[in-house]
Amino acid sequence: MANKPVLESKNITKRFPGVLANDQVSMHLDEGEILAILGENGAGKTTLLNIIYGLYSQDEGDIFINGELTTINNPQDAIKKGIGMVHQHFMLVPVFTVTENMILGAEVSTAGVLNLKEARRRILEISNAYGLKVDPDAIVEELPVGIQQRVEILKALFRDARILILDEPTAVLTPQEIEELFDVMRELKSKGVSIIFISHKLKEVLAIADRIMVMRRGAVVGETFPKDTNQSDLANMMVGREVLLRVEKEEAHPKEPVFEIVDLSIQEPGQLHTVKNVSLTVLEGEILGIAGVQGNGQTELVEGITGLRSYNQGSILIDGKPMPVEKPRALVENGMAHIPEDRQKHGLVLPYPLTDNLVLCSYYEHPFVKGIVRNEDAIEEHAIKLIDAFDIRTPSPYIDAGNLSGGNQQKLIVARELSRDVKIVIANQPTRGLDVGSIEYIHRTLVEMRDRGVGILLVSAELDEIMSLSDRIAVIYEGEIVAILDAKDATREELGILMAGSRKHLSEEATA
Amino acid sequence: MNLINYLKSKKMLVPLALGLVAFVIVIIAYSINGQVTQAVLASTIRQSTPILLGALCGILCERSGVVNIGIEGQMLLSAFMGFMVNVWTGNLFVAVLAGMATGALLGLLHAFMSVTLKLDQIIGGSVINILALGLTGFFYTAGLTTKGKLQPISLGFLAEIPLVGPVLFRNPPITFVAILLVFILQFVLFKTTWGLRTRAVGEHPRAADTLGINVFTTRYINVIMGGAIAGLAGAFLTLEAVGSFERNMTNGRGFVALAVMIFGKWSPLGAWGAALLFGFANAVQTQIQFAGTINIPHQFIGMLPYLLTIIVLAGFVGRARPPAADGEPYEKE
Repeated sequence: MANKPVLESKNITKRFPGVLANDQVSMHLDEGEILAILGENGAGKTTLLNIIYGLYSQDEGDIFINGELTTINNPQDAIKKGIGMVHQHFMLVPVFTVTENMILGAEVSTAGVLNLKEARRRILEISNAYGLKVDPDAIVEELPVGIQQRVEILKALFRDARILILDEPTAVLTPQEIEELFDVMRELKSKGVSIIFISHKLKEVLAIADRIMVMRRGAVVGETFPKDTNQSDLANMMVGREVLLRVEKEEAHPKEPVFEIVDLSIQEPGQLHTVKNVSLTVLEGEILGIAGVQGNGQTELVEGITGLRSYNQGSILIDGKPMPVEKPRALVENGMAHIPEDRQKHGLVLPYPLTDNLVLCSYYEHPFVKGIVRNEDAIEEHAIKLIDAFDIRTPSPYIDAGNLSGGNQQKLIVARELSRDVKIVIANQPTRGLDVGSIEYIHRTLVEMRDRGVGILLVSAELDEIMSLSDRIAVIYEGEIVAILDAKDATREELGILMAGSRKHLSEEATA
Repeated sequence: MNLINYLKSKKMLVPLALGLVAFVIVIIAYSINGQVTQAVLASTIRQSTPILLGALCGILCERSGVVNIGIEGQMLLSAFMGFMVNVWTGNLFVAVLAGMATGALLGLLHAFMSVTLKLDQIIGGSVINILALGLTGFFYTAGLTTKGKLQPISLGFLAEIPLVGPVLFRNPPITFVAILLVFILQFVLFKTTWGLRTRAVGEHPRAADTLGINVFTTRYINVIMGGAIAGLAGAFLTLEAVGSFERNMTNGRGFVALAVMIFGKWSPLGAWGAALLFGFANAVQTQIQFAGTINIPHQFIGMLPYLLTIIVLAGFVGRARPPAADGEPYEKE
């Protein structure tokens, strides 16, 4: 190899209590190269990079920068060595301006007094040099996610980063924004910046990487080049067994409307995105997907129809029967199941054992009560039955839900919600942050429910998920349903354009 | 219209309007009864000083992400220590320093409990309050008085201006320091590296941490500095205002300071405005009681400042947004 690697790790090992997070991991990164590290959640990708960035320290192993053995004890060390990291959850202070965020920790100042003017000038200089446009005076929380990410990248460049670590950068972006990000990455690469790109999305990795390293259970299991591999090979390498990338499903046989949303509007003072006049009908035996970029009113809409939030106007009906506003129990009793967006906050009571979590919607009903006391036997029996049926990996039904892995937590919710006699399932981001194996399982379960004649409303920011599961696709933009398409006719490009609100803008321009 | 929009965008419209109203009222009052007006305004400044200092302590703590409800206790124990040191040494300056040191030490204790031990910060603050009440109550000796009191200083010709002079430019030292601190802290928080880092730590400690800012140190220093300022408030009570110590002499000022901090939206200038409002209500209340012309039980008149605080807090402030990580201990991953 002609170039000396700019970054190299040799035999990095890191143990957490009970887990071997990194097992003898060796990797190298060349100058001006985009290295993708692919792996499921918990494969140790983020741990490795946190070690390189100085957030953790390794138990064993060495890191070399430009061939020199280097110890990195904290992020400051990493920054000094020219390493910049864009975290999965942005490390931006929402109420600060772009400038303030950029300079934080690397302030431009004289005698401790900030020189914002000079800082601004330097930010614009860098932003022009790399073709990353941003308004230095904007407040970060008012910027779209894609731009916030740009601020993060600029933040690293502002600190003279030559090695850029991007941790799952595409998770929060629209397809168009992902394209833009890839353009930015290519631009950076041409300027000699070396990039480590972490992802579990095969398509993206194949599209942008120069080289792909696959990790599984803390260890490197393979290395390959995009031209030598394909999606299913990568998936098998990542999971360690054959996986079905496409969801196997038969033609849907939709029947009567089971769930109707009629002209629903949610307006809350000070809220950026609300729900505006949404009307949707879910039929028995179909999956209706709602596609949209995060933060376009999906959360509010789902909270409205599941009784967690009141709405200003409109109504919801199950089996033609109008439902009361903000009465979740009434909805549950009429056959609604809800798989919430945030499984830890809204789906489970983390400090409760599995047994109690599994009866959260039905603890007050027969057979779980005897008079005013709980029927512990029935609750335990119920738990054991569901743990078995839904393949929840746990040592005991009495451990706390908080101790399960993300995938098993989600299975726990799915078990509780879908084991009841349900007519309509509201699934909001049901596979967010899960590994390929769990995703496969959840998808299969949803399709099974559909085939049994249950109506399913699927909300997801993952376009692939929407496209592979849905029978019909509704696109939400700024709280409005801008289009409803048949899944068979929908293309990625068309959906991407709709999700970015372009059609709306076009029609507005036409009428203007 | 443009001016109004500009002021609105800078969030200066409401304070300016309130200031204007206050100014007009003062002019009218002065033309009716100069002496009483001057007395009320001077008393406004006096009453607002300890609350202002308490609020500045709260701002430093909360901007860095530590809730401090122990200000009351910090003030009380500092008032006591300042007083006792003066009784022992006869030196006022040393006594003030002792008061500040006491506040700073309690700040250190609070920082240790909430930053290092990650204790519930409300409980930590309560511990300080109870500790101060207990210690001062136990060691209190009736009948002691200070050797001298901090005397007003006149700032030359400025003090000769009618009304404004005596009210603003002829004050004892801690009062001057308090006003000076408002501007210093406003500058430090919003224009300096230290301030930027402090606010970042209070808003998003993990972000600050990933940029190499030491969250723990930043919080420690702010809480200790805040403690010293609360200590100054305590010293004000015994060494500048009263000249002796009484049991529980802070009388809830530390809690009012927290309300004032919120009313001022966690900014020193805002807190100053709020403290002045509270001080003014207190001054008016005292004046009404002195005049004795209105036949209302004095307990009710005594409620006036607190009532005003509640009304203003509930009605006029709008949604004040505390620092996002306020009260949350930071755990490294």
